[in-house]
Amino acid sequence: MDGIIEISLFLVLLTIGVFAGRASERKHYRELAEAEKALRDIIVSNRGSPGEAGTFSRGTLVVGSVVIAEDFFKRVAGGLKSLVGGNLRGYETLLERGRREAIVRMKQEARRLGATHVVNVRLETASLSEDWSGRQPMFSAEFIAYGTALLRNR
Amino acid sequence: MELTTLETVPGKTITRHLGLVQGSTVRSKHAGKDILAGLKNIVGGELKSYTALLNESRSEAVDRMVEQAREAGANAIVNIRFSTSNIAAGAAEVMAYGTAVVVS
Repeated sequence: MDGIIEISLFLVLLTIGVFAGRASERKHYRELAEAEKALRDIIVSNRGSPGEAGTFSRGTLVVGSVVIAEDFFKRVAGGLKSLVGGNLRGYETLLERGRREAIVRMKQEARRLGATHVVNVRLETASLSEDWSGRQPMFSAEFIAYGTALLRNR
Repeated sequence: MELTTLETVPGKTITRHLGLVQGSTVRSKHAGKDILAGLKNIVGGELKSYTALLNESRSEAVDRMVEQAREAGANAIVNIRFSTSNIAAGAAEVMAYGTAVVVS
């Protein structure tokens, strides 16, 4: 009896994961594409400074961050896939979304300040799901993008 | 206080280096928020409460770094870097560090 309850709970979670997870992923990709389009005129570089750095009078720190988690389906599919090895597509999209979102938020902050360039950008990822007990809860990670927004003469 | 990830401050020149300054915070997630995040985990996607938590931690780490630089007599911090690490279940350390300088 307990087994049946456990299996049906698993299937319910899996179904929610498949549908709700996919829907939220598609929605996120759409939102990212829109935001990136709107912020396309802000030039981002991970070099120390752009060629015209001399014409800017001020630089200030900008940061964008997001914490993003896997869904139940990704966890199960990832677990199965890692038995045979190869690309874990579900995690690839998750990490890509996180990183793009962090960059978008950093650019939005730069836009609020009226900056046209963000230079010396660094990207960081930190897993938030490991703990000392060795227990493996659901995977979640923080993504940050930060750099120096350059402003023209005021 | 000017903050930048560059090695210089745009539009200014560095006159003195005052060495490394750093600030960090360790914060744990709120238990109630953790439960909500657990539910959110079934569906996946952004955990807004954690994003907010880590953002608060980061601005506090920056504040502490700025405080240290001010005590050293700096008016800018260059080459700023951040790092986040998960130190225990439900707790994360956020650190900011950079080089304190005097610019004019």
